[in-house]
Amino acid sequence: MRFTKKDILDIHSLDPEEIAFILDTAMGMKEISQRPVKKVPTLRGKTIVLFFQEPSTRTKLSFEIAAKRLSADSVAIAKAGSSMAKGETLIDTVKNLESMRPDVIVMRHSSSGAAVQVARRVDCAVINAGDGIHAHPSQALLDMMSVRENKGRIEGLKLAMIGDIANSRVARSNIIGFSKMGAAVSICAPRTMIPAGITALGCTVAPSMEACVTDADVIMMLRIQKERQKDVLFPSEREYAGCFGLNKARLALAKTDVTVMHPGPMNRGVEIASDVADADCSMILDQVTNGVALRMALYYLVAGGSRYADTD
Amino acid sequence: MQILIKGARVLDPGNMDEKKDILIDGEKIAAILDPSEALPSGALPSETKSSCAASSATVTSGAVSSGALSPRALSSGAVSEDPADIQVIDAEGLVLVPGLMDIHVHLREPGHEYKETIATGAAAAARGGFTAVCAMPNTVPVNDNAQVTAFVLEKARLAKGARVYPVGAISKGSAGTNLAEIQDMQQAGIKAVTDDGLPVADAQLMRRALEYCTGLSIPVFVHAEEISLVNGGAMNEGPAATFQGIKGIPNAAEAVMVARDILLSQLTGAHVHFCHISCKESIELIRRAKEQGIRVTCETAPHYFTLIDEDVKDYDTHFKMNPPLRSKKDREAVIQGLADGTIDAIASDHAPHSKEEKDLEFDQAAFGIVGLETSLPLSLQLVHSGVLTLAALIRKMAKNPAQILGMKNDIIPGSRADLTLIDLNETYTIDPALFVSKSRNTPFAGMAVQGRAVCTMKDGQIVFSAVKG
Repeated sequence: MRFTKKDILDIHSLDPEEIAFILDTAMGMKEISQRPVKKVPTLRGKTIVLFFQEPSTRTKLSFEIAAKRLSADSVAIAKAGSSMAKGETLIDTVKNLESMRPDVIVMRHSSSGAAVQVARRVDCAVINAGDGIHAHPSQALLDMMSVRENKGRIEGLKLAMIGDIANSRVARSNIIGFSKMGAAVSICAPRTMIPAGITALGCTVAPSMEACVTDADVIMMLRIQKERQKDVLFPSEREYAGCFGLNKARLALAKTDVTVMHPGPMNRGVEIASDVADADCSMILDQVTNGVALRMALYYLVAGGSRYADTD
Repeated sequence: MQILIKGARVLDPGNMDEKKDILIDGEKIAAILDPSEALPSGALPSETKSSCAASSATVTSGAVSSGALSPRALSSGAVSEDPADIQVIDAEGLVLVPGLMDIHVHLREPGHEYKETIATGAAAAARGGFTAVCAMPNTVPVNDNAQVTAFVLEKARLAKGARVYPVGAISKGSAGTNLAEIQDMQQAGIKAVTDDGLPVADAQLMRRALEYCTGLSIPVFVHAEEISLVNGGAMNEGPAATFQGIKGIPNAAEAVMVARDILLSQLTGAHVHFCHISCKESIELIRRAKEQGIRVTCETAPHYFTLIDEDVKDYDTHFKMNPPLRSKKDREAVIQGLADGTIDAIASDHAPHSKEEKDLEFDQAAFGIVGLETSLPLSLQLVHSGVLTLAALIRKMAKNPAQILGMKNDIIPGSRADLTLIDLNETYTIDPALFVSKSRNTPFAGMAVQGRAVCTMKDGQIVFSAVKG
């Protein structure tokens, strides 16, 4: 297969074959990270700009390590200290970045759609590392990669997702991605966190946390943002943990070989009990490991892979 | 100077709908003449006749030779005896209506002249077929005192475009705390009050404003929005917003304020006019209020019966306005409200913004679109699709707007010559490059439409003409 997308902006714009191809490519990349010398020359001479307008630790580090393992030159700019802090518009900033001829811009932005708007204005590849509450495609892809690696398939699985769906780009991308790949996605949260028309993305809304996790193959917990309390989305962490936290008792309702995921960072004792987070069924750290391989695959496909290669 | 508009279908709803010649003398309509009686077609000079076209008006200044006027017409006393003083507009195939009025526009001056000035806005209005517009007070400074009102009127007087009726603020600085000097502004020339752009959040202030205006016979224009329900939203709440990850604004953000102000109108007896109504719930509330005899009127904007939230795609900020484009069901309710008379008027909510304010992240971009130069063609779609008769549309764009402001807008001898000549047939695509407004923020670029204004006349002066030469 030849991957022809210029950008990776969201999961919606990828078809199932493209998703499978990305996951296959990422599995190949994973092996590189296990070598004593964790570096290949594949993207030597390529420049990757990490443009993170919003704070990020693990995603940015993951993209940065991925670039280095492929021998690309990566530079990171943040909003603080950049001209954006001086009032330059997003489009002006990226047009300036583009003038320095990068091959890929990885961007995270607090406004939904920012990466989409940028991608249609620049010639280089754009990888969306999270835009507002719209999409986080690399996270969803690494989650799909982790599940496929662990379960051998995605099709036919039951995925239970619990948390602030309304304000989560991870939730949107995973609902679309997993349902596209044939999983049954069930979501659960206080009704204040379930946005209008979410089922159109490819999920069902479970009546209770118990119904949601029963017979689940995979349980994905989303981070509860404490600052959301001021939006009156939930009364207290205490009540949230009691009604929607994943504990051992609820975990027991799922399939015996259930896998627990969390995109991080976790609030132990709120959405996930510590003993569950650390249990053998937890795949949370595998997700992080796979994140590097998946992002290497994305770089390869948009900047050095078959997009430029002759068809064989 | 006299103007003779020849051969148009003269449509003044409730008054007349027939082929007539209209003679304008100075600022006034002098006579309404039966075409065969006034100027026999055989008497017209050939160059005027040959340029007749169903799709365009021909203005022929001083081209009427003395032989062109029959003695009978002259003896009617209406037509000037000096042919050089007569300008003949051949309006064969066109419709002449009372001047269209857009009672909700933002002209941005003073303060934001980079977006629009009174001169460019008045010219855009004239090009769109409007002889008069109501200028919202949310300028910098706010039109909350007679000095700003006088400034707006003076700029409008110097502009060669549509008439401008200033609308004053309800509260000082539209800050929602103290009443502005409404009576003083009324003496200076405002025709209504509003804090448009912002709601009057304090119900007691609104109650007092309504009571105060009852004594002045001036309507209160309500921007119905409960800010706490908007909560940072940037488009209609629903599946389209959820899919794109854009924070939603529920219908209730508008409708709860409509409900409140219907009750306050009932309490005070004041005339409440609801601006830019966008959703089903508001229309149902207003319909019920009208049935109960409460003094409410309302307007909608062309985008609410033309587009829906599903049209908001690829984070194109030209589709971002407040209230937002609603669901399909809401658009149907707006169309129904127009058809059954619940919605009295169509107003564009012309909201010019610079490219810099629109070319931003979706949640950061300014709300609003320009509308003066697209309002008539978009509204004519309602006629072409059979939702409204042409007469009903002209009521909503000319007669009712005047009535809401407590004015008359008739084609009768002696009334001022504010007239719009419309070509119902010309098909074309909307091209923002041709706008005379300073701003181009429209979602309608490239849309195919049918019909447009070809000549706009204010006080007997032609302020826009699509005729070449």
